[in-house]
Amino acid sequence: MSGRGAAIFNRIAQAIPVVIGVVVISFVLTRALPGDPAVQFAGAAATPESIEQVRQSLGLDKPLPQQFMIYVGQLLRGDLGQSVSTGRSVAEDLAARLPASLELTLTALIMSCLIAIPLGVLAATRPGSWVDQLCRILVTAGVSLPTFFTGIVLIYVFYYLLGIAPSPLGRLDFIYLDPPRVTGFFLIDAAIAGDWETWFGALKQLVLPAITLALFTLAPIARMTRAAMLSALSADYVRTARAAGLGPQKVLYGYAFRNALLPVITTLGMVFSFVLGANVLVEKVFAWPGIGSYAVEALVVSDYAAVQGFVLAMALLFVLLNLIIDLTYSVIDPRFGTSAK
Amino acid sequence: MSDATIPSAAVPAAKPSRSGTFAHILYVLRENPVTAISFAMFAFLIGSAVLGPSLVPYDPLATDSVNALQPPSFAHWFGTDNLGRDIFSRVIVATRLDLIISVAAVAMSFVIGSVLGAIAGYRGGWIDIILNRILDTIMAFPLFVLAMGIVAALGNSVANIIYATAIINIPFYARLVRAEVNIRSEAGFTLAAKLAGNSDARVLAFHIFPNALPPMMVQVSLNLGWAILNAAGLSFIGLGVRPPTPEWGIMVAEGANFIVSGEWWIALFPGLWLMLAVFTFNLMGDGLRDIVDPRRRT
Repeated sequence: MSGRGAAIFNRIAQAIPVVIGVVVISFVLTRALPGDPAVQFAGAAATPESIEQVRQSLGLDKPLPQQFMIYVGQLLRGDLGQSVSTGRSVAEDLAARLPASLELTLTALIMSCLIAIPLGVLAATRPGSWVDQLCRILVTAGVSLPTFFTGIVLIYVFYYLLGIAPSPLGRLDFIYLDPPRVTGFFLIDAAIAGDWETWFGALKQLVLPAITLALFTLAPIARMTRAAMLSALSADYVRTARAAGLGPQKVLYGYAFRNALLPVITTLGMVFSFVLGANVLVEKVFAWPGIGSYAVEALVVSDYAAVQGFVLAMALLFVLLNLIIDLTYSVIDPRFGTSAK
Repeated sequence: MSDATIPSAAVPAAKPSRSGTFAHILYVLRENPVTAISFAMFAFLIGSAVLGPSLVPYDPLATDSVNALQPPSFAHWFGTDNLGRDIFSRVIVATRLDLIISVAAVAMSFVIGSVLGAIAGYRGGWIDIILNRILDTIMAFPLFVLAMGIVAALGNSVANIIYATAIINIPFYARLVRAEVNIRSEAGFTLAAKLAGNSDARVLAFHIFPNALPPMMVQVSLNLGWAILNAAGLSFIGLGVRPPTPEWGIMVAEGANFIVSGEWWIALFPGLWLMLAVFTFNLMGDGLRDIVDPRRRT
């Protein structure tokens, strides 16, 4: 098992240069571009004195390499700068709003996996059937749908026409109180507090934005599952398993599906890239108080530190998610670390 | 579309006559009517981008407060918005701006990605390693979020939307070209061309690179759809295009405020057009793939 441990260690080590690269790009975006970063950081309503003060505190009067060291030092202390619009530190703001985004994103991903993977499997096992056609339509439509547009259509149908969805304003209707904060996930917090009325209220708010995001992520997952299942089902080991007289269920799930799952999990990494971007749009449509709408609000008032802090936080989150996906790979694939890859 | 680039790869084994290629394209179109439809829709989009502004019934910027918020009717096919502007005219006129943004962005990433990828794939060594590291780092960002950061840093303008969209697309082209060039850098025809006295740059540009064009065309088509979505998304959150300008993303954003009170047409039609454009490019990409590479049909 030492090969496996070494491979896992290797994978974690590989993330380090990527993180360094992300920090460098983020530094370039904040400090090294033409224009005066001090003016941008000081915000729209800055006076010459406050600009000078920002220049001093960020070390912008020093040479670039030294500025980079200051920047890294600040990051290591968890200091992403000061938000001009909220008056609090960006790191604090992001930490306060991150659970809302994660709750939405994770719910959407779980939802789309629960639909897309069975759909892809069914489509692959019955090529040409109506399930296959449905899968094809969903896949083509899914990649063409602008998320923000889907969200608006859903609001129109389920809120305005049918009246079964609550108004698309945030995580919880104002008649409920926020559940006591433990994890920041309203569904989990309300469940811990045993407040099922609030739990249900939070769920109702969550459903539409989550469906919007899920519709968007459905397409790549379903497409990949279908393709991976098709290639797994035509593989020699499946033929051998069938020839050996194993039952169709055993062949399908024990042999084909477990192998097909590997490329699907790889696809999830790409899906995360899309979903974190789409998240921003969905949060704007549904006034969801996550980090995406925080960044949009910051963009509107040119709150520079907040936007760049958000970009860096998202990138680090994405690197972390990719790492988790690859480590999941090591759990699912028993060959992980044994072959010389 | 791009007859000039397709023949060499479309029928590699067959006789190099143009009629063979043409027959193959016709065959693909007849076999798969969806592809034919997508080409027709593409022609329609190009038509409305070129001729639209001179054909539309109303001035896309003219306000008319008497006829504000009218549902679709004979006079206003797609209705009017809160300032009484004709939505049909605005949607059609917006085609030009949306296509310009996405085509310019994709063209930029095509050129830059091709040059970087070709050099890295041909030279190999440390150039290759450095380029791969940079591309990996770009891909380590959620791409839409990176585009937001770039626009925020460079300044809020349409040109910067184009740059941002181009930058996040470069890795796809650079990697594709790098792979295609790399496998041919030691091929027989490359060595023969070098032996005949061609310079490295000439061999790379005229002998190796054209082989990468067919898969690149497919990538371009799929990418155009994504670039439009991306640009519309950026303007939806208020980046780039300024309010009175007709653009699909910003029109959906304006219409979003009225959706909860039931005025569906303001957001619906620009959104539908956006969808139609993306759909067209995606279908065309699949169709081009069939024409370019018959073995990889889906």
